[in-house]
Amino acid sequence: MEVCAGWDMPVEYSGLSDEHMAVRTRAGLFDVTPMGQVELAGKDALAAVQHMTSNDASRLDVGQAQYSGLTTPAGTFVDDLLVYRFANDHFLYVINAPNVDKDVAWILEQVQPFGDVAVVDTSSRYALIALQGPLSLEVLQTLTDVNLSALEYCWFTHGEVAGARATISRTGYTGESGYEIFVPPQSAVKVWQAILQAGRGGGVVPAGLGARDTLRLEAAMRLYGNDIDDTTSVLEADLEWIVGWNKGEFNGRAALAEQKVKGLSRRIVGFEIVDRAIARHGYDVYLDGAKAGTVTSGTRTPFLKKAIGMAYLPIARTEPGTEFEVDVRGRRARARVVPLPFYKRPKG
Amino acid sequence: MYPETYKYTNDHEWIDMATGRMGVTDYAQKQLGDIVFLELPEVGKTVRKGEQVGSVESVKAVSEIFAPISGTITEINAGLTEKPETINHDAHGSWMVAIKPADPAEAKGLLDAAQYAELTK
Repeated sequence: MEVCAGWDMPVEYSGLSDEHMAVRTRAGLFDVTPMGQVELAGKDALAAVQHMTSNDASRLDVGQAQYSGLTTPAGTFVDDLLVYRFANDHFLYVINAPNVDKDVAWILEQVQPFGDVAVVDTSSRYALIALQGPLSLEVLQTLTDVNLSALEYCWFTHGEVAGARATISRTGYTGESGYEIFVPPQSAVKVWQAILQAGRGGGVVPAGLGARDTLRLEAAMRLYGNDIDDTTSVLEADLEWIVGWNKGEFNGRAALAEQKVKGLSRRIVGFEIVDRAIARHGYDVYLDGAKAGTVTSGTRTPFLKKAIGMAYLPIARTEPGTEFEVDVRGRRARARVVPLPFYKRPKG
Repeated sequence: MYPETYKYTNDHEWIDMATGRMGVTDYAQKQLGDIVFLELPEVGKTVRKGEQVGSVESVKAVSEIFAPISGTITEINAGLTEKPETINHDAHGSWMVAIKPADPAEAKGLLDAAQYAELTK
């Protein structure tokens, strides 16, 4: 067990590699209850969301969710999050577990200039269970009347799962098709067991924090605290797609616009280790013999069977094919910049 | 489970004092999960008891391998570095290096199979 933001969480159940492969080829079930939830409601909720997040929330229909940044005036991250539109004037943020207290304080400060918006930390009202992998739809459909085939990526709906009130969201953090299911905490065990039972024949297994990390890295999804934080800008993190340039003012807009005009000095890249070694979070990166940064995330992935990672490099050296070195416990291992993501799920 | 003919360390290494060959225990491989790399020292290197002789790395973590006794490295299992996953299937058969003891009396400080089994309960 590992303590994650005060929660006891399993790193693995049957084994990290088995769980990782199960999600890529069948499905895996994750308990991600430690994720935080904050709800904003009121006439001015949209304006407040637009001000404090980078993506354009006005483009969300009710029932739709988007990935976004909770940004500082410098265009860096207080956190990254999913923004759900529950109703025209009612939004739900899903935020990272270690950041809940910090984020709530930040959000309360940000809504000050807005008149009618209530902010409530609803983290304790939801358990969050993620079913991820190609069998997700088939397995979950046996437990709900909601027509899951009609639920597009990044849309959500309310209904029942295994007899429990649930919000079913077609989102995830694995690069695989799947669902995140919000249920009342008192129903969590029942829903968890019902999904495992329904998936047993298909080889659905419980999956821990270890596989969650290797899966998200294969899919090049950024991890707050590793790949992004309040020192890395949205553009440096190569996430311009979550910048709502057309929506007007928001925290960090001016700083990001200036970076775009002047050009970035550094940007995140994906890399593969050429030598037999694994680069891990915090290892030093060397360019032409000089220290040029650190590895933000790194592992060897059970599916691609390669040592991969992400790091910030000077902008002139971010082209795929660029070679650099990583200090792996005193030995220099050769690395090569590759395009992101490392893994893209086959369509169909 | 743990061969009676081996001695064991608190750091989850085993050593066969008859041959000086050593590796990591089945308990250690289970904790590490799928092993993907093994780093070993050069033959001829002298090591002190408790000093690092190499490392074994899984997807999850890298773990140092410590010398159970002081001595000189007389052999390394180069084949195992090519197929480190063998350790997951047969940890007690997967020797990594052989150490010629500097002081055979040091072995008295190591655990026997029953003591090691107790440690990992």
